[in-house]
Formats: sequence, structure tokens, C-alpha cells
Amino acid sequence: MFNGLVLGALLALISSGLTIIYGTLGVLNLAHGAMFMIGGYAGYLTFTATGSFLLAILGGALFVMVLGIVMERVIIRHFYGRPHEDQILVTFGLSIVFVEAIRFSFGSLSYSVPPPPWATGVTSLGFMLYPTYRLVVVGIVAVALLALYLVLYRTRLGMIVRAGIEDSVMVDSLGINVFRVFMVVFGIGAMAAGFAGIVNAPVVSLTPDMGEMILVQTFVVVVIGGVGSFPGAILGGLIAGQILSITSMINPGYAYVMLFAAMTLVLLIRPRGLMGLRSRD
Amino acid sequence: MKPAPRSQRRPFLVEGLTALGLIVAPYVLPHLGFAPNTVNQILVWGLFGLGFDLLFGFTGLLSFGQSAFFGSGGFIAAYLLTQDMIASVPLALLIGTLGAMAIGVLVGLIALRRTGIYFAMITVAIAEMFYFLENSPLSAWTGGENGIPGVPTPKIDFLVSWHVGTGWSMYWFLALCYFAGIVIALRIVRSPVGAILSAIRDNPLRVAALGHSVGAYKLTAFVVAAGYAGFAGGLLGVLQGFMPPDAFSFDTSGQLVMQTAIGGVGTLFGPLLGATVWLFLSDFLQTALHLGSAWKLVLGIVFVLLVCFLRHGLIGGFKDLHRLIFHRAEIDVEAPEEAPVPVVAKAVALPARHREGDLDSGTILTATGLSKRYGGLLANADIDFTVKVGELRGIIGPNGAGKSTFFKMLTCEVPPTSGKIVFEGRDITGRSVTEVCQLGLTKSYQVNQLFSRLTVRENLTIAALADLRGKFRLDLFSNLRKVAGLEERVEQALELVGLAARADTMVSALAYGEKRRLEIGLALATSPSLLLLDEPLAGMSPRERVETVQLLKSIAKGRTMIVIDHDMDSLFELVEWITVLQEGRVLTEGTPDQIKTDPVVREAYLGGVHEP
Repeated sequence: MFNGLVLGALLALISSGLTIIYGTLGVLNLAHGAMFMIGGYAGYLTFTATGSFLLAILGGALFVMVLGIVMERVIIRHFYGRPHEDQILVTFGLSIVFVEAIRFSFGSLSYSVPPPPWATGVTSLGFMLYPTYRLVVVGIVAVALLALYLVLYRTRLGMIVRAGIEDSVMVDSLGINVFRVFMVVFGIGAMAAGFAGIVNAPVVSLTPDMGEMILVQTFVVVVIGGVGSFPGAILGGLIAGQILSITSMINPGYAYVMLFAAMTLVLLIRPRGLMGLRSRD
Repeated sequence: MKPAPRSQRRPFLVEGLTALGLIVAPYVLPHLGFAPNTVNQILVWGLFGLGFDLLFGFTGLLSFGQSAFFGSGGFIAAYLLTQDMIASVPLALLIGTLGAMAIGVLVGLIALRRTGIYFAMITVAIAEMFYFLENSPLSAWTGGENGIPGVPTPKIDFLVSWHVGTGWSMYWFLALCYFAGIVIALRIVRSPVGAILSAIRDNPLRVAALGHSVGAYKLTAFVVAAGYAGFAGGLLGVLQGFMPPDAFSFDTSGQLVMQTAIGGVGTLFGPLLGATVWLFLSDFLQTALHLGSAWKLVLGIVFVLLVCFLRHGLIGGFKDLHRLIFHRAEIDVEAPEEAPVPVVAKAVALPARHREGDLDSGTILTATGLSKRYGGLLANADIDFTVKVGELRGIIGPNGAGKSTFFKMLTCEVPPTSGKIVFEGRDITGRSVTEVCQLGLTKSYQVNQLFSRLTVRENLTIAALADLRGKFRLDLFSNLRKVAGLEERVEQALELVGLAARADTMVSALAYGEKRRLEIGLALATSPSLLLLDEPLAGMSPRERVETVQLLKSIAKGRTMIVIDHDMDSLFELVEWITVLQEGRVLTEGTPDQIKTDPVVREAYLGGVHEP
């Protein structure tokens, strides 16, 4: 249950990033998993340079945000007018470039970041002992999701983003500089993945290919929750986390099959996802 | 008559050139530094890509999950062969292919519930599930991470004795398979199904509205692609003597997508060319430039640049270059601003369908108590509406009166909130737009819904096929040009809407007025017994309007029509009876003269100014 909560919280955060990018820009970012992976590596570098875990989180998240903004400005921007398929192809190509660049620089060996000293060891929850850091992860991710929620629902930018998810043409015609909003959203979305990447680093060690797995899980989360829906991403993330961890306890081989079965079930009953919007398809 | 396109004059040109290329390849490629094993792999990937190109290039469905079928077909064939259950390699390959197709049906039924990016995401997830299935739950059969070693090479002792070895010997076996693959793919592309698939890529909603079962055709393309993948997967095992588990990996799907995009989407040969470039670069970068593991990074960068700058892959690039050099003069002449409607010399009457017993009753359509509610908005409220056989009816009403919603309900594009629609004595309430079109009721759209990447003739062909073939038929291997009655029907429709001179022009190059006429032509070519026209005159110049009214009059012979338009003068001239809608209700009905002088109608249009 707790493992599921940790995984679910992480998936919720990453999926939120993917879903707000898609919702606002209409672009499915296949490099989102690579963003998660790079967040981990950037955090690792910061950690080895400074020795501070908090700085590592900051470094990982900020680096990926900058990377996201650069990616949007240099490449993605030219794809808004092109078919979805082209957007998917280019982000897929970028994901390969990112993964291979990391493999080239770091090799295929795995790296790990130790949890901060104040969060090592185990904590007694009364009924079971549990690694302290994993509890911390749930806390950190909850704070990050809260921050994302506040940005989306309590700021002017968030209002524009949510309006853009409903109808981006209308927002454009209201005289709001959509391009700048797009850039910021892409940055924030990427940062969500990067942040999750470094927070997860002490739990699962870093490899160049770790993003691919996460990307696929994120897709399932988003399909379950409904593309473009922030609450849907969180709900979907938590559900997916539970499914994966509970099935893993019984038989790890079937974890993925169950996750997929849940996705199929949602597709059959509610093709738009649990909290899907009607406006986009 | 215009001369037929080149491909029509030389029917087997492409097949012949492919055969020639495959025969010559082993004598040429070694001099370019290709090892036989590399060439063999190119063929396997090219074959894999044939199906994918039919799915993505022709039907517009981007699947990132083809590895599921590649792996399934491969492992089924390899398992049968290594367990000595089947000795014949071709038979095992066939069973593997059929197995992959069966899985394709199941996966397709789930994945095709959604389109666009959803479809891409779902296929990724499903393929990843197969990877996990192979790795643990099914590892007793698949060997888990070790795969299946010891896959034999083909030994054929039927009619001829042919024991295939490795290297170039294997090449001839694979080349034969590839050739069979391309012949089948070409037949599919040239079949009625192929034509409909390209139309689905352009505008699936209109294909459905023209009476084709889009879901069934998409599933067909998906299953065909799965079959090609399964066959290629089996060949991979035979080629390597070992069935690797990474056939199931996401990388396999990704590599296929990239190779197809590099070569050129929608060309059939794109995947083969893409695989050639991919495997050549992989060899070249790793051995000649000593890049080691960085080769994939270089390839990734090349791919991103290619997607950015060469939108139709290498083959598309060659075509553009060729056109630029040799055909500069042939670039489509800019469509005239205002295209005159050629006068229809002979009255070509496109037949309207007459069904049993429908003419006796006198009414063709009855709607009773039809209402549509969108949230708090009542778009149509309790409309009663009857049209007689052979009538030419007009519907007018101010903006927002619910005219288009009313049409959408009649053609079953949207279900009514309440009420009942009876067409030719049949209750059609709640049927699909496809079924209703098949019954002989269709409409032309207010906003053009054409297949912009097809020619005028191809557009009308899609519409005519709906009536001639029904909503779904699996004639994958019959020739489009041999469909009985098709050519006459298309020629008649071309003649009728005055586009015969523009028959082989791309729709995207048509003038606006011409597109409007084609829009009517599409609806007409399904030979409806009841034709609805939603603002056929919208956006036309005064002269085009006059000409189009004449066109509509000639269409109306022997047919029942309902026309919505805002152009009162044209409509008053055209129709016999007018229904006025206001705020979702029927305000009044009458002859054009009655409506012209009706004070209630004037008030509806000019606003509630009550004279004292």
C-alpha cells in the first residue's frame, strides 16, 4: 500500500506535467520520460558537486525546466501548425537524442544518490517499519502537487492555462501572448518530470533507459485519468501506483498486465478517461 | 476523355521494377559495402514496414506498438519450429502471421476506440504489456530473457527442392517473401478498400457520413499491419536462427516508426529505404568512424533534423527535387478566382434510389416531436416536420434558429433528446450516420468536408463506392477500376456538378466555388433518395449563386431535397414549400409567396418591433 502511494504520487506528478503540456499546447511530448531521467542525472551532478540533497533537487528541477524551455523555443514551436503525427515523431526523436546523449556521457552503468542524512533509516508506523525517505518522497511530492495546483488554480497564468485547455484559439484571440504562455507551460511541465526524477533518485538508481518505462506508465495514467485533466492525472497516478504495487506483492510478472487491464476497463466504460474533458479529442 | 495516369497504362510497372531491383541487388550492393546479413535485415524491416505504412501512411493511424505483433508472430513461428510441432518453415511462418493477426483483432478493438494521440499512447502501453508477458508469465514458452534459439532455416521439398542456407542463399528466400509482400500491399492500395483508407486518413468523419463503416476499415488496416509484422517477426527468427526477446521491446516499434519516417511515409518503399539508411549508417558510424555507442545519438540527431526539414522523408525529398527540375511548368495552374459553372449540356440524371414500397405512401420523411437540448440550451423544441416524395423543400430562419442542429438530427449525426424520425417508413431514430446514408439519406455540409489530399475524381469515387459496395466489404484484392458501375457513376457526378474538366485536380487546388460544388457532388454521388443541403450557396458570388441554383434545379429532378439557406431570393426561386424555424421551433410553413408576405416571418428576421 505504501509503496503504491510513493509510486502513485510520483506518477501523478509526472503525469500532471505531461497532461498540462498536452492540454495547453496540444503536443504529446514523447520526450517526457527523458525529462524525468535527465532530472535525476542533473540532480546527481549537483549532489556530487555540492553534497547537498536540497540543492540537488533544486538543480535537477531547474535544469530540466531550462531544457524544456530551450526545447520549446528551438524546436517544438515550429510544430504547432503541423499534424499531431509530426509532433509525436519529433519529440520521439528528441527523446532518443537525450537518452543517447546521457548514455554517451555517463555510460550505461547506474548511479545512485543517497537520501539526505535526516531521512535515512526506517520509521515505525506503529504497524510496520518503513524506509523514512519514502515517506519523505510522499511529502515532497504532495507539496509539489500542491504548488502546481496553486499555480494552475490561483494565479493569472494558471487561469490562462486552464482556459487554453478548454479552447486555445479563444485565448489567442483574446490578445494574450500564447507563445509566451506555451513556453512557460512547457518549462513547468518538464520541470514536474525533472523534479520527480531527482526525488526518485535515492529510491531507484539512475540509468539512461529509466525514462522509457516511466513514460509508458505515464501514458496509462493519462489515459485512465483523461488527457488534459490535472485532477485526472493525480487520480490516475494514485490508482496506477496501487495497481502496480499490489500486483507486485502477489506476482511481479503480472503488474503490467493488471495496469493494462485497468486501462482497458476505463476505455470500455469511459472512453474519455475518468475525468476527461469533452472538448478535446 | 483524358489520358489515364501513367500507372494505369502500365499496370505492373511497380511490381516489375521491384522484382528487377531484388534480382540485381545481390550483384550491386556488395560493392557498396553491404554484407549479405545487412541486406537480409533490411528486407525483414522493409517487410515489417509495408504493413506499418499501410496503417500510418495510408490510413493515418500512428501506432507505436507494432512490436507486439512482430514479437508475437516471431515467437509463435519459432516455438512451433523448435518444438518440432511443425517441420515446414513456410507453414510455421503462416501460422505465426495468422496468430499475429488474431492478436491484432483483439488489440485493435481496444486501441481503435480512440484516435490521434490517444491511439498512439494506447498502442505503446499495449506493446509494453506484451514485452512483460513474454518476459515472465509466458517465459516457459518464450524462453524469457533468453529468447528461442535454434530456429531452423527453410527446407522446401514441394515441387522444387530448395534448402535455404545463410547469407545470399537466405537472401533469395527473403527477397521472394518481400516480393510477395509488396505485390499484396500494392493490390490493397489499388483496391476499393485502399481508396477508402486514404480517405479515412484525410477526413474520417466524412467517410462515415458517406456511408462507410470507418471502424471496420480501420480495424482491417490494423489487422493487415499486424499480419505483416507477424510475418516479418517470423522471418527475423529464421534469418538469425534465434528469436530475440527484444523483438517485443519498445525500441523495435520506435525503430520501425523512425525508419518509415526517414524513408518516406505513404510510399510503401519508404520503410525499405529507411531501413537501408538506418542499417548502413549504423554499420558505417560504428565501424568506419569508430563512434561506438554514440552512433545512436548521431542517428537521433539526423532523425530530428529530418522530421524538421524534410517532411515527407527521403522519397518525398526526391520527388520534390524531381518536380523542381523536370516539371516546373506543370505545377498546378492557380485556380481562377471565380470559376464559372459549365452549363450542363445533356441532362445527366444520377439515379436516386427507389426502395420497395416507399413511393406509395407519399411521404419520404416524418419527424415528430423532435427536440435537442445542449445543457441549458434548447436548440430544437418539439418540431413536427413532414416531406413528401419528390418535394423540394426550403428551410429558413435567423441565425441560431436551430436549422443545422435539425439537419444533424435528421442525418443522425447527433441523437435527438426526444422525438422520432421516420424515413421511407423506417424508424431511423438512434441509428448511425453511416447506416442512414446507406438507406439513402445524406447531406452536404455547411462547411466543406472534403478529402483535401485526394483529387476530385477520387473524392467522388469514395462517395460512389458507399452506394455500390455497401458500408463494409473486404474486397482487399479486387481492382478499384473494376467495380461495376463505378466509373459511370463518377463521370455522371462530375458532369452534373460541372467539374469534369477538373477531375484530376487535387481538392486543395480548387477554387472555393468549385469546392462548394464538389461538396454537393459528394452527397449526390451516394445517390440519395433524400438529399439535405446545408447552405449550399454560402460564400458564393452573385453569379455563382445563380449558376448553382440552376445546378440544384437539375439535381432535383427525380429526387427529394431539403435546402437550408440564408439567400432568400435564390431559395424562393428554387423551392416549392418553405418551413421557417425560429428559436428552435417551427414558426410557420407555406409557399414562397406566402412566406414573403407573412408579417410573422418579417418580425422574426427584423426583431420584435411591434407596430402600434
